[in-house]
Amino acid sequence: MSAPVPLLETRKLSKNFGGLRAIDNIDLSVETDETVGLIGPNGAGKTTVFNCVTGMSPPTSGDILYRGESLAGLRPDQVTARGISRTFQNIRLFREMTVIENVMVGSHCRARAGILGAVFRPKAVVKEEEELAAKALGLLRFVGLEGKADLWARQLPYGDQRRLEIARAMASDPSLLLLDEPACGMNPQETIALMELIRLIRDRGIAVLLIEHQMKMIMGISDRLVVLDHGTKIAEGTAEAVRADPAVIGAYLGKESIGA
Amino acid sequence: MLLQQLINGLTLGSVYALIALGYTMVYGIIELINFAHGEIYMLGAYMGIVTFGLLSTLHLISPDSVVALLLMMVVAMLFCGACGVTMERVAYRPLRGASRLSPLISALGVSIFLQNFVMLAQGPRDKGFPNLFAGGGIDLPGARISAIQIFIMATSVMMMIGLQLLVHRTKIGKAMRATAQDMQMACMVGINVDRVISVTFLVGSILAGVAGILVGMYYGLINFFIGYIAGIKAFTAAVLGGIGKIQGAMLGGLLLGLIESLGAGYISSEYKDVFAFAILIVVLIFRPSGLLGEDISKRV
Repeated sequence: MSAPVPLLETRKLSKNFGGLRAIDNIDLSVETDETVGLIGPNGAGKTTVFNCVTGMSPPTSGDILYRGESLAGLRPDQVTARGISRTFQNIRLFREMTVIENVMVGSHCRARAGILGAVFRPKAVVKEEEELAAKALGLLRFVGLEGKADLWARQLPYGDQRRLEIARAMASDPSLLLLDEPACGMNPQETIALMELIRLIRDRGIAVLLIEHQMKMIMGISDRLVVLDHGTKIAEGTAEAVRADPAVIGAYLGKESIGA
Repeated sequence: MLLQQLINGLTLGSVYALIALGYTMVYGIIELINFAHGEIYMLGAYMGIVTFGLLSTLHLISPDSVVALLLMMVVAMLFCGACGVTMERVAYRPLRGASRLSPLISALGVSIFLQNFVMLAQGPRDKGFPNLFAGGGIDLPGARISAIQIFIMATSVMMMIGLQLLVHRTKIGKAMRATAQDMQMACMVGINVDRVISVTFLVGSILAGVAGILVGMYYGLINFFIGYIAGIKAFTAAVLGGIGKIQGAMLGGLLLGLIESLGAGYISSEYKDVFAFAILIVVLIFRPSGLLGEDISKRV
């Protein structure tokens, strides 16, 4: 079924912080068009996986392959240029920029104009900027923020800020989107709308790797789940299989509850 | 008298603003007070003299033409821009990630190096700067705006408008603002932060280079040490306006120029520098975030 080379593959990925091993020999893969949920108790190492993949904190050992090519040694902006972008659990918008500017800055690596172009502004540069603005408006419409393009990012209500972060991440035309707890702090209605949005993103042909604590949501939209605990992978499979896995139940509820 | 002092103050202030912009932009992005920035301004003034000298010895064009003036500005801008970018590459980039004190000391080192280099290469004595605006000007009741003052203010205003457009209307400007707000996140959205930092040094140094030419023509004399005092004054202007804020540097520069020139006119010109540094101390004690700066506690 699956393609010979997965979109993203980690091989024995490990990361130490001092003496602490945050993740330990994680093998993980995401296929093109697939939505994979990454779950596990707090401190399991989920965000560390994201940080390693995006180049924010290089792994201690192991390798990360994107379309079969290693991402080792690339800076975050180079990883983004390859086609991976992410959002953060604690929202990190450019608060002192407008909503549309936030999205346009996300397409930075896809624009060609350089400093000379910015100063002399030939027709091509002006046209490119108009195209980027049009694309940004399209993305705002896609995530449901039409009409809010010229507000300051900090003026948006919480749920909209999350949506804006997703729009910004999509502006770099990623093939793989890493979402770090996108439903965090959302009410049930907002969460349902967010699930719908993630489905639409997948329909655009973008693979999604998703960290989430809201089990109903992540089980509802993931094709496959990967479960981490204390930095190691303890289970992998469909929602049903993972839910029934004693190791997973043990990790979430405590070991003693397995026999009960 | 008052009108004349205001005119003088605005002239001086617009130059302070040009230099202060370089301080504030660099601070806004990498939180470094680039103490070598004043030296870039000094280099700009020297490049003006060198270009002028070359033009007159080679008899290429009449050295008192507008073309000569433009060439001096362009050469100074290119040279200073290149110096600024090189300085960042050599002296600051390797220290990124080190403690905040290290690049600061490196900046002092660059400053001393450039001063002494120019002293050895060009001699320690004052050099006369060609005044291409001999005579001319507008007489007002009780005051006079000389042609050079008009030129200084017009050039500064144009540069500042250009900078505003660059920062707010262009892609690289968006990248600069994004980097200033959250460098790591800027990197995550695909911005090459190293490049943004280079461009910041480039733009700031170009402004300083232009300021060097303007002041050279205004005072008619330059030496290897002018960057030191101008640098500290521009730094004061940047702090007064709120360091890291572009509009703050502009406002701070103009205010500082006005305060200095009113103080010199009504109290004593010997105390000119004292006013500037008294302001620095007062601002640092009572409002360290500056006039336009937000509460520092919010940034942390």
